[in-house]
Amino acid sequence: MNGPSDPAPYAVEGHGLVKRFGDFRAVDGIDIAVPAGSIYGVLGPNGAGKTTLLRMLLGIIDPDEGHRSLLGASEPLKQARAIGYLPEERGLYPAMKALEAIAFMGALRGLPLKEGRRRGRDLMEGHGLGDAIAKPVRALSKGMAQTVQLLGTIVHGPRLIVLDEPFSGLDAINQGKLEALIRRQAAQGVTILFSTHVIAHAERLCERIAIVAGGRIRFEGSVSAARDRLRPQVRLETRRSDGPWRAALPSDALVHDNIWTFPLPDSGVEPLLKALVDGEAGIESLSIERPGLHDAFVVIAGPDAMRDMGALEPAEEAA
Amino acid sequence: MREILRAAFVIARRDFTAIIFSKSFILFLIGPLLPVVFGVVAGSLGDRMANDSMRPVVGVALSPGEGKALAAARERLVQHKGERGVTALKSYAEASNPQALLARKGQGIIAVLSGSLERPVLTGKGGDVDQLEGDVSLLVSIARAGTALPDTQIRTQIVAESSGSEQQSRLLTGRAAQVVLFMLTMLLAGMVLSNMVEEKTNKIIEVLAAAVPVDAIFLGKLMAMLAMSFVGIAVWSTTALVGYQMLSDSPLPIPEPAVGWPLFVMLGVLYFATAYTLLGSLFIGIGAQASTVREVQTISMPITMSQVMIFFFASYSVDRMGQTPELVAAAFPFSSPFAMIARAAQSDALMPHVMAVAWQLLWVAIIIRIGVRLFRRNVLKSGPGEKRPGLFSRALVSLRQIRT
Repeated sequence: MNGPSDPAPYAVEGHGLVKRFGDFRAVDGIDIAVPAGSIYGVLGPNGAGKTTLLRMLLGIIDPDEGHRSLLGASEPLKQARAIGYLPEERGLYPAMKALEAIAFMGALRGLPLKEGRRRGRDLMEGHGLGDAIAKPVRALSKGMAQTVQLLGTIVHGPRLIVLDEPFSGLDAINQGKLEALIRRQAAQGVTILFSTHVIAHAERLCERIAIVAGGRIRFEGSVSAARDRLRPQVRLETRRSDGPWRAALPSDALVHDNIWTFPLPDSGVEPLLKALVDGEAGIESLSIERPGLHDAFVVIAGPDAMRDMGALEPAEEAA
Repeated sequence: MREILRAAFVIARRDFTAIIFSKSFILFLIGPLLPVVFGVVAGSLGDRMANDSMRPVVGVALSPGEGKALAAARERLVQHKGERGVTALKSYAEASNPQALLARKGQGIIAVLSGSLERPVLTGKGGDVDQLEGDVSLLVSIARAGTALPDTQIRTQIVAESSGSEQQSRLLTGRAAQVVLFMLTMLLAGMVLSNMVEEKTNKIIEVLAAAVPVDAIFLGKLMAMLAMSFVGIAVWSTTALVGYQMLSDSPLPIPEPAVGWPLFVMLGVLYFATAYTLLGSLFIGIGAQASTVREVQTISMPITMSQVMIFFFASYSVDRMGQTPELVAAAFPFSSPFAMIARAAQSDALMPHVMAVAWQLLWVAIIIRIGVRLFRRNVLKSGPGEKRPGLFSRALVSLRQIRT
């Protein structure tokens, strides 16, 4: 490790970031601040500008407007040795041996090859890839190759790890392993910044999130604050389908087979409950559910974003 | 700068070992030797053909006495010019019809001398007669003069140096060096074009660009390819020299250059390196813009044509040392290495080479910078999936943006 934590409060900062590709504004004035030592998620549908934002923050491309700071450096590449980056499009040299690939990625970021091989061997054995050490990348399964690249991302002991859609293409078991690895790194004081369009991962991992859509940040804050954007939802199941008690329900309540779903009224649950009992609704069950991040995302990112999310792979949604 | 060099070395090391230890590298080494082998075989066959069947033979249909006189005249001329330097003769009966002789199959003659030595007639096709008329006329004149023609013996004096001869010889060395330099550059630098496409195909380019400056990626790839080229050149030149030693016991018939062989070879290596990196930096910059091998193939043709034109220009300037064409060729970055190696063959001044190498390396740095800027603007961007403009449109837009 290069250090247990960053002295600066924010590991990553960006102010007024704009990136244009021709007439298209891929990133349209984004402000972002990732607290040091946190797990921070950038959520958004495909084409929202997440990858462009990460590439700008990392110095792979330059912003047309605005400025950025990575671990206190305004030129991100100057901090390259303290950063690990897993791009969305995974790539390794097919003929290279797995261990050499990890050592090479470490060497790019200043780790001597010999030390890279030593650490790479430990990492591979620790992640159940001991048998694959001498195998060329082309002989590995997709999941194994992705793990090798991830190990190459952390082999040099970065203080900041940036992962672009890290769960993409992984099965449920490998997604779980990756989540555990992220938590382990965070526990050691490493700042994790990752993008995803699978909200479940962000909900489980992140302390703070930014919801990006159309090149802009629609929400920035804690997962809890995002969920608080929506009122708690009431789920009511009745024996009767009609009666004077119906007047107590909001007009936009949804119903299906005598199961009613609607936001909790401002007056609270007690007046509602009294009206249902007095009106003889025949309550089978009543529950008040706090909205999930997915619901909050839909409201914040908008219906267009939701349509994009609908095109996601079923496996990813299930995760 | 230190970090760029460190990162470039890491990339160069990876690329170099990946290439050297690949099976296809053997093919790379063998490939250029095949044309040499074919050339030697074809040259040998051609030589034999030139010795035997391709030599012009003139049929002689004169009286026996005049025929003998003509044969004696030929013998006298052969003593001075050698067997191959004098037209071969084949005797026929005096009464033979020249047209009939030429029409007869299997005779192998291309013209017939008939009539008499006083009034000779040469019959043959237009081009053949034009070519042979002078030689045959000389033979007939010697035959007619007979013993009256004095046989003059010339006393010879050998000198170590002759400025005219030396100039001609060094010109030959300069041209030969240019051709070798051009062939090697053309053969090897083109491979850089597709180098970045491989990185993009493997999708590793983003890993590299996030970890090290793009300048280091370009520089590292150039270093690796240059090192690989030197391995190839070492193998080919050693093979060629060993082959020559085995086939011939005489030294290489190339005149010594003005700066001497050791320095000339060093300059050759240096100018190959600069020519290679100049073209390579241009290729890698352009090739980095391409998304597919097809795009690389599309852009390689105009580049190859430009290379050939630049070579012709440099070649044109060889015998105009100190004149405007040679100075322009030496100053224009892409022709500079070719012009300067020719200059090294003809002039022993060293300072121009120091300046030229510095000038060429400056241009390598400039071209890499431009290539890097184009790359960062065009290649590493993710969009909404809209139609990507063509290669040249992208390059033009980027150049306009750089200018503003």
